[in-house]
Amino acid sequence: MKKMKLIMVGNGMAGVRTLEELLKLEPDLYDVTVFGAEPYPNYNRIMLSPVLSGEQEIKDIILNDTDWYVQHGITLHLNKRVVKIDRHNRVVHAEDGATAEYDRLLLATGSTPVILPIPGKDLQGVVGYRDIHDTNAMIEAAQKYRKAVVIGGGLLGLEAANGLAARGMDVTVVHLMPWLMERQLDRESAAMLQASLEAKGLKFLLGKQTQELLGNADGRVSAIRFKDGEERPADLVVMAVGIRANTVLAESAGIHCSRGIVVNDTMQTYDPKIYAVGECVSHRGMAYGLVAPLFEQGKVCANHLARMGIARYQGSVTSTKLKVTGIDLFSAGDFTGNDETEDIVLHDAAGGIYKKLVLQDDKLVGAVMYGDTRDGSWYFQMIRDGKSVAEIRDHLLFGQSYLGNAGHQGQSRAAAMTDEMEVCGCNGVCKGTVVKAIKEQGLFTLEDVRKHTKASASCGSCTGLVEQILASTLGGAYAPQAGVKKTMCGCTDLTHEEVRKAIREEKLLSITETMRFLNWSTSNGCASCRPALNYYLICAWPHQAADDPQSRFINERAHANIQKDGTFSVVPRMHGGITTPAQLRRIADVADKYRIPTVKVTGGQRLDLLGVRKQDLPAVWADLAMPSGFAYGKSIRTVKTCVGSEWCRFGVQNSTQLGIDIELAFDRMWAPHKVKIAVSGCPRNCAEAAIKDVGVIGVDSGWEIYVGGNGGIKTEVAQFLVKVKAEEEVMEHAGAFLQLYREEARYLDRTVHYIERVGLDFIKQRVVKDAANRKALYQRLRFALDGAKDPWALENINPREFAVLTS
Amino acid sequence: MEDWNRVSTLDEIPPLGARIVHTAQGNVGLFRTAEGEVFALHDKCPHQGGPLSQGLVAGKRVTCPLHGWNIGLEDGQALAPDKGCAGKVACKVEEGQVYLKL
Repeated sequence: MKKMKLIMVGNGMAGVRTLEELLKLEPDLYDVTVFGAEPYPNYNRIMLSPVLSGEQEIKDIILNDTDWYVQHGITLHLNKRVVKIDRHNRVVHAEDGATAEYDRLLLATGSTPVILPIPGKDLQGVVGYRDIHDTNAMIEAAQKYRKAVVIGGGLLGLEAANGLAARGMDVTVVHLMPWLMERQLDRESAAMLQASLEAKGLKFLLGKQTQELLGNADGRVSAIRFKDGEERPADLVVMAVGIRANTVLAESAGIHCSRGIVVNDTMQTYDPKIYAVGECVSHRGMAYGLVAPLFEQGKVCANHLARMGIARYQGSVTSTKLKVTGIDLFSAGDFTGNDETEDIVLHDAAGGIYKKLVLQDDKLVGAVMYGDTRDGSWYFQMIRDGKSVAEIRDHLLFGQSYLGNAGHQGQSRAAAMTDEMEVCGCNGVCKGTVVKAIKEQGLFTLEDVRKHTKASASCGSCTGLVEQILASTLGGAYAPQAGVKKTMCGCTDLTHEEVRKAIREEKLLSITETMRFLNWSTSNGCASCRPALNYYLICAWPHQAADDPQSRFINERAHANIQKDGTFSVVPRMHGGITTPAQLRRIADVADKYRIPTVKVTGGQRLDLLGVRKQDLPAVWADLAMPSGFAYGKSIRTVKTCVGSEWCRFGVQNSTQLGIDIELAFDRMWAPHKVKIAVSGCPRNCAEAAIKDVGVIGVDSGWEIYVGGNGGIKTEVAQFLVKVKAEEEVMEHAGAFLQLYREEARYLDRTVHYIERVGLDFIKQRVVKDAANRKALYQRLRFALDGAKDPWALENINPREFAVLTS
Repeated sequence: MEDWNRVSTLDEIPPLGARIVHTAQGNVGLFRTAEGEVFALHDKCPHQGGPLSQGLVAGKRVTCPLHGWNIGLEDGQALAPDKGCAGKVACKVEEGQVYLKL
């Protein structure tokens, strides 16, 4: 088949990212041609500030060198401006007369700096601040001249001013508005910002309107004159008053533009053969200038260019960070507020800290922070989630760590860390490695950093810290976790919830069927989505959906825990931690017979046989004659108990028996993640019920049930759910809670993560208050568990899994 | 001297699954894709020696069970951003029989 022709006009970050996404999906669909007006391949425009201030060089900020275009068979025309689109014949014309035909056209023409229409704007030494050319002009001027004036006290203007000051110039920032960065900061935080920039040597003239620029005999700018008649000398004037979508080409071709090329949610313009992405675009009346939303657009556009046709761009909430060394500020959402909003403010002028949160109907809608921005991404996430913050409102301002659920998150400021300091304990990644990867590999998102450095890729508790490092390295470019929805994995654009809904509503019964129905982009998924899908299927359709062993992690396929040397560990069930001499004798005999090197008492009150060869597993299980303890599964693990009222002089309830009953009742229950339970016979709580997914504590008058505890990486204390009288009620409440978790939590979320997402009130409503719903949930759990088989029983073993072939 | 050795039938390897073969050169993993192709790699992840045969097969790659590295089945190379090679073993399927060149 003859390939279609795709032409991209503009060679910047949004456009090239679109091509990268397209190549991932459909590498062979198009012959791609790129026209770039600049003489450089795609470079990291965000990093122009460090180049200006001398912290980096141009070669450091190239993202895709010319080899990249060659490798992917992309024809690249540099220094070639496209001047005309002939939509009728589908041909583009370049300045030099060259032409090229297209089947699809992608406009990524970016933006141009706004140049004030004042006398003197064309003098030498008057520049915008947008590309390498402008940056070079500023660097040259800084070598020859002394006095610089930057018009515009926004993000770009301040970065330019800071860069010029770092190169030794005497810089004055002129701003029309009464305070700096009025679109990102309120008056208080702007005043603090101004003070610290003044301390760095910058000068400010606020509320000043420029009237004209005066030149000298050589035609170079020599001074700036304001409306009020005041004049200031200037050898260099940088206009950083804003950017304007570059729509000249699109408009000349008659494509509908309104402060940008107007696109729909698929990034298509009014001409269906023409798409547009990046700063040149107007989407639902919004133009974006930050990289994260633009990359999101690129991803959506690529999806449609690849003819998959399922992605939608629905706009982005953006946040801002200033990329000036030593200045820490953050803002997001609607931070000015209005009559319907309320503010929570902390203002410590001497300490240099200012925080303002704007709430509407108990939801966070905006945030501004200066001096201490470590919780920026946390607030930003809440703004996007739109979840009620009523419960945590009184501590909200003090940040995530104050809530006690932060773990390692945000405890130290990224900026204050040295390069050798460890960021990710799980994978042993230090700050220097992360920063180096961000700069050298051109990373922009948390996902990128995870993929390249593994930082925060395991337990995720350092996610906040990694985001801070990203933010402090990329500055204004970084918006935490671009996009509003978290897709299941790279194989689909759907969220966990969307996939589960389809499985339920369309009665999908196998992984193949699900992937086909939902247009999975890979032929058989990946190691992330397959286990999740398998669980979602058997959870939604117990006894009907096909359980696919090949989509389970090895531990659940071999019914034992894989160890670092490839051997396995075997943990038989000892209900409630109670064993017998006969069981202990059998365990000892098995350990001898199969030369099992290590026998260990586990934290879950049972015995672990470590170092068993895979081929010996079926025989070991047969000789043990005990059921599987499921110590290897995303399933119920164990119910830890204390001796309770049977023996203990303090015990008020028979916790051992209740623990045994619970373990028997919920045995073989698959779940989104492991589930641990404990039952204590008195409030002394020797079974440590406060750090279990379900913790039951006996009191004189009955049982208290706690949920969402966790003793892992981040210690989480379980929250009180309900107090009940009888053992049957414990069973029903605990079972209903677990079923709710099974049905609604995302795969690999522990109960604590699930509760954090939906809120404890929601759980109480569904499990405690709504008795009918509780009974229905419990019933569904009982139905799912009915007839569940012991995977260690001889008749349930698949011998092929354990047999070894020889040559 | 290297010879083709019959080690299994195709049916003995589940689709999207793997088997271990004990050989004089150590363990070899036999992997079968959804399309019925069979590949053989030394059963040692280039990362920390994890048994690749115990991993999850998807497309033409296997995910190591120990730390989640993805290894290409066709050449044994780790997929970006990881680097390393598990070493590939010549393998063919003829009339439903699987042979390794050892």
